[in-house]
Amino acid sequence: MAMQDLLQVWSNSPGVSAAVWLAIIVVVLYLGRTPSHQLIRSTSHGLRASLRLVARSVGKMEERLNQSNKAVVLSIAREATERGVESEFFRINALVERDLSGYPALHRKISDVIERIESDFHNASEAPAAPPAWLDAVEAIANIPRNGDVTASRILDNIEKTIKSAHNETQQAYKKSSAERHRLLKQMLPSWRNLSTTIDQVKGTISGLEERSRFIDEQMQIYQRIRANEDSIARTLTSSSLTQFFIAGLVLLIAILGSVINFQLIALPMSEMVGGTSQLGPMRTADVAALVIIMVEMAMGLFLMESLRITHMFPIIGNMNDAMRKRMVIVTFVILAALATVEASLAYMRDLLALDREAIMQSLSGSQLVEAQFRWIPSVGQMMMGFILPFALAFVAIPLESFIHALRTALGVIAAVLLRLITFVIRLVGNVIYHTGKVFIAAYDLIIMLPLRVEQLTRTRHNPNKAVLNTRSRTEPGLNKETLS
Amino acid sequence: MKKMLLLLMLSVAIGGCSDMHSRSNSTAVYMLLDSSGTYTEELAKAQTIVNYLLMMLDSGDSIAVARIDSGSFSEKDIIAKVTFDERPSAAIAQKKDFKHLVDQFIDVAKGSAHTDISGGVLQASQFLDETGAAKKYVLIFSDLEEDLIKSHIRDFAIPLEGVQVVALNVTKLRADNIDPRKYLQRLDLWQKRINDGGGDWRVVNDLEHLDRLLSVN
Repeated sequence: MAMQDLLQVWSNSPGVSAAVWLAIIVVVLYLGRTPSHQLIRSTSHGLRASLRLVARSVGKMEERLNQSNKAVVLSIAREATERGVESEFFRINALVERDLSGYPALHRKISDVIERIESDFHNASEAPAAPPAWLDAVEAIANIPRNGDVTASRILDNIEKTIKSAHNETQQAYKKSSAERHRLLKQMLPSWRNLSTTIDQVKGTISGLEERSRFIDEQMQIYQRIRANEDSIARTLTSSSLTQFFIAGLVLLIAILGSVINFQLIALPMSEMVGGTSQLGPMRTADVAALVIIMVEMAMGLFLMESLRITHMFPIIGNMNDAMRKRMVIVTFVILAALATVEASLAYMRDLLALDREAIMQSLSGSQLVEAQFRWIPSVGQMMMGFILPFALAFVAIPLESFIHALRTALGVIAAVLLRLITFVIRLVGNVIYHTGKVFIAAYDLIIMLPLRVEQLTRTRHNPNKAVLNTRSRTEPGLNKETLS
Repeated sequence: MKKMLLLLMLSVAIGGCSDMHSRSNSTAVYMLLDSSGTYTEELAKAQTIVNYLLMMLDSGDSIAVARIDSGSFSEKDIIAKVTFDERPSAAIAQKKDFKHLVDQFIDVAKGSAHTDISGGVLQASQFLDETGAAKKYVLIFSDLEEDLIKSHIRDFAIPLEGVQVVALNVTKLRADNIDPRKYLQRLDLWQKRINDGGGDWRVVNDLEHLDRLLSVN
């Protein structure tokens, strides 16, 4: 039935017919008011409750994820701290073994030096008889009056002469003794210096140990906080892990660029070995072979770093005994060196091919033919690059390990943020539905306001108090116990 | 042992696949040079085109240059033909040799009494089929004026399925200047013959834009 027909059911005038329809609708709506309100209310409440439930579940999931993230971060940090403390202890051990293992000898040396200094000092302190006493005796004899007696005078002169001679000898002995003391004191100087240097060395070693022990203390404090599952340390570690993620990502990007250069260096000459036309899937076999060489180099670099215990991605390698590990280091290094040599020769071949290609292109294009000459600098440069790049790529293992470890944290953080966002959106949608339900109820009552008003007036006339209450409850349909609570 | 055998079979299969791929991407070009009458003077331009083709083609591709003379349906008319080696260094050497042979021919080329273009195209079709290349081109460097020996029969469809035939430097004859319809009729006739044989037909007279030669499918 068309709209036009509907508007002519009650009267030929569409206006009248529409008014009749409106009246019917209002009456029907008024009669079905209570179930309609219940339907709208229960639908909006039900949807909101369901969405809140979903939001709570997602929130729980986020909580669990956060806990898991925290556990992962703390576990990684605990492992790293343990490793750090362990390596610090190894360093201290090496320091003690290197510098303090010779401490008894050093102590003996210091004691000897001190003994020598003491002995020299003791020797230097033994002084001869004081010269002033001799001088007084000589002066007293020289001053005895002669009284004209020749014999007495001669005797006295002889005595004076003998005494003077003895005095001179004593003075000379005294001078000699002083010179000896000065010599001994001079001898002490290098011993003092030696002692001072030795003590400085000991001081340096001890302060190195102090620094190390301070670092260990710091690490131990962090370790204790990690063991105590502190939130603050988890936040700090997460932040640090994200920084690590970006730095490692940047270094990996550089490594990828290096690999691309490496690929360009060996792809062309590779076609000389495996053919330039055959293909594996959508790629040229030569390109695949070049990629395989680069990948194998990276893998060897990974094993080398693992064998050297710089990275810890393969526990099976880390747990090998030292002899086996050393063998693995040698094997991986030899393979890496061989591949680097192959790359260097491929780079040389590439230069020759480029030279040939340039010559034929010049010949075919009809441009002036320049005799192709071997150019040493680019050739040697390419060879060096071909040789160095595999070793440089070997170090990719270090940022790769950091990246993989940090990736888990980064993904965890991103997932947690997404879950939080989803929770927010679900709650928002729930609230919007709930309030839309209230708006619908109010709009419903607005449509049937005339019969409602009539009902209200009728009730007021019969029972004013009850009617007021009923009216309030009817005019505020959304206001129920749940809303008030 | 079983594993080794499996590995061997796998590598053979991969090798087979790779070889199949290699042919499916390759290009084969057969160029016909008209050496009849006054058109011999145009051969210097053909040299440029051959050089361009040598620059464009690479390992695995094939090229042949043949002359159009009184009876062109013959291997003897092929001046030089080569399928470039997989190794780039060998391919470069082959290009040098090829260029040398074509240059030699152009230096000593003499005009023939008759012009058997159809025979040359038929010969080209056979050569291209044998290469098994994915993209096949026949380049006809001629004024397209066929002048057959009376006993030669050429009025049949030439099989050119999947071949692009490009007419290059189709010069106007003195008679064409008097009645240009003859030139257009000549072109239409050849287009019909090529299309009837299942090939695609193009005309490229502007030799300044050789990059359009092999790029259009």
